[in-house]
Amino acid sequence: MSALLDIQNLHAGVEDTPILNGLSLSIRPGEVHAIMGPNGSGKSTLSYVLAGKDGYNVSQGEMLFNGTSLAYMAPEERAIAGLFLAFQYPLEIPGVTNMTFLKTSLNAIRRGRGEDEMDAASFLRLAREKSRALGMNDDMLKRQLNVGFSGGEKKRNEILQMAMLEPKLAILDETDSGLDIDALKTVADGVNALRAPDRGMLVITHYQRLLDFIKPDVVHVMADGKIVKSGGPELALELEKSGYGEYVGEAVNA
Amino acid sequence: MSEAKASIDKQTVDQVAKFGGEHYKYGFTTEIDVDKIPNGLSEDIIRFISAKKEEPQWLLDWRLDAYERWKTMDEPDWAHVDYPKIDYQDLCYYAAPKSMEDGPKSLDEVDPQLLETYSKLGIPLQEQEVLAGVRKVAVDAVFDSVSVGTTFREELAKDGVIFCSFSEAVKEHPELVKKYLGSVVPKSDNYFAALNSAVFSDGSFCYIPPGVKCPMELSTYFRINEANTGQFERTLVIADKGSYVSYLEGCTAPMRDENQLHAAVVELVALEDAEIKYSTVQNWYPGDENGKGGIYNFVTKRGDCREDRARISWTQVETGSAVTWKYPSCILRGDNSSGEFYSIAISNNMQQVDSGTKMLHLGKNTSSKIISKGISAGRSSNAYRGQVNVHPKAAGARNFTQCDSLLIGDKCAAHTVPYIEAKNLSAVLEHEATTSKISDDQLFFCQQRGLDAEEAVALIVNGFCRDVLQNLPMEFAVEAQKLVGISLEGSVG
Repeated sequence: MSALLDIQNLHAGVEDTPILNGLSLSIRPGEVHAIMGPNGSGKSTLSYVLAGKDGYNVSQGEMLFNGTSLAYMAPEERAIAGLFLAFQYPLEIPGVTNMTFLKTSLNAIRRGRGEDEMDAASFLRLAREKSRALGMNDDMLKRQLNVGFSGGEKKRNEILQMAMLEPKLAILDETDSGLDIDALKTVADGVNALRAPDRGMLVITHYQRLLDFIKPDVVHVMADGKIVKSGGPELALELEKSGYGEYVGEAVNA
Repeated sequence: MSEAKASIDKQTVDQVAKFGGEHYKYGFTTEIDVDKIPNGLSEDIIRFISAKKEEPQWLLDWRLDAYERWKTMDEPDWAHVDYPKIDYQDLCYYAAPKSMEDGPKSLDEVDPQLLETYSKLGIPLQEQEVLAGVRKVAVDAVFDSVSVGTTFREELAKDGVIFCSFSEAVKEHPELVKKYLGSVVPKSDNYFAALNSAVFSDGSFCYIPPGVKCPMELSTYFRINEANTGQFERTLVIADKGSYVSYLEGCTAPMRDENQLHAAVVELVALEDAEIKYSTVQNWYPGDENGKGGIYNFVTKRGDCREDRARISWTQVETGSAVTWKYPSCILRGDNSSGEFYSIAISNNMQQVDSGTKMLHLGKNTSSKIISKGISAGRSSNAYRGQVNVHPKAAGARNFTQCDSLLIGDKCAAHTVPYIEAKNLSAVLEHEATTSKISDDQLFFCQQRGLDAEEAVALIVNGFCRDVLQNLPMEFAVEAQKLVGISLEGSVG
């Protein structure tokens, strides 16, 4: 089967500072990949480069999403094509309700795909169903987007957006950070519910803990801007014991 | 409610998408025969205007007195705006469509060209159920210097509501006009008000009798069409004891390279237990991205809560005009009266806005609330100027002020100039202010969820303005949300 996401020898950075140094990674539909690595290894940069954040420049290499190069696509075009990023630090938008944001987002993506917008009643039903499945009460849909949300609520809200948008590839950037064990379980349940044969996932995390709940097919270790080791779920357990020490080069320690 | 808001936001975004590239959709001109007097201002011109309107002697005298006072006054220069000196002798003070010469007897006689102009603007001059189709809105349309038609007059008359052009009010209800004209904004109040008092040509008049809740929204729609013509209209709204009225005002003008002057006066009088809600969506032509052309909007708006428990609320959405100088204010004279001011002022490109409000607390236990949202983009400048004044006798006065500024880009400016003066120790005054910027991270977040940059800005700005948009009548809220998006086109990217 051809890859959903195929990254070859990717070099990228912010302004003139290189961060990714020849990263290669391939995810097929249905697979869940985890990327683990120490701080500063470039995990979040990878997620921003994939999503097309302004200021992150690719100097070399290729990123193919469903066979199409992401390089010249605007962030919203990537979203429309089915790429979703759950943010490590979800943004607040005062005055815009969660409901409004979800609806605007869903319909922007449907429009981008040449589909009809969802009518108000169907949307409301869908939003309620998905949010209840994540243990969120209806009240949260009426609140302003992420304003005054706890860390756990923000992360759960990211998963809700993912559930509504049903992306082809979901990138979860440290979705576990700042979550207590109960919130972690809820979020993991939400992610697991979205596992599907035609959907790929890239789970970025520091800790093995999340991977107790979201079982990855492949685990990668990232250091110094590239993948330095790949393996099965057992690799994560190994890392938990031995730490990242053996993968971290001089440059990172300095 | 959140559903309705959601659908409005969706419309905003749709609208923005639809208008991509089209900056000002009201920029067309109407080719119509006009009756226009030579440029310049003099006693003769004032006599001419007054004669044209067959005005009584007292009104002509009133105008001439205003003119005398105006000549001794200086153009104000304290506002944070900068524009070339206006040559008042090079302006035309009266232009009217020729077809209005004899005055249409009914709406059926209004020039079809005019009707078409208004229908292009989305303003129905035929009486029909409008917009959402739920509520009726009565419209008085002012084209250059004259009112071209007022709808639903008969239906309103059944409740005793008088809604007509100012000129007709002078003829048919002289006692009311004489009693209230200039009673809120005296003719020598300020430079532009004095000029308006001398040369005003038409406008809207409205009287709500005691105890009547006006059965529909009333609205005035202003259109400047002629080149080099000033528009000087006068609006007078009187809500008698225990009555209620919601009044909407909209304005547009063609795109022209020259600047045009709009110096209007709006006076509101609310008597005992009466309530007036006055909403404006000001969308005059703002000039092009280099600051060429556009309307100078120098307007005096003031409401008088003349008796106890009267309430006046101003809501304004300011998106147009090259230069705005405007401070809708409330005089809180009656005990327990209250004034509110909700404002969204958007400036883009080279636009300059100096706007705000004055709340004058004279009566006991008077309260006022000010919510101002300024959004600056491009190279524009946006100033909030407010004054809260508590008179020594105004025991128990209360004010809450919140003014928030949002900056888009790094070449625009926001200024906040609040004056607070309390001469009574029992007054409780609160002032909150914030300045924020749309962050790149917020934009990226929205884009990652499928919105393009302009949709994202429209969404964020509409969120920023939410407190004010919620106070607009439904029909205007939709219009205003669209405008927010359109006005900020090209502000990111």
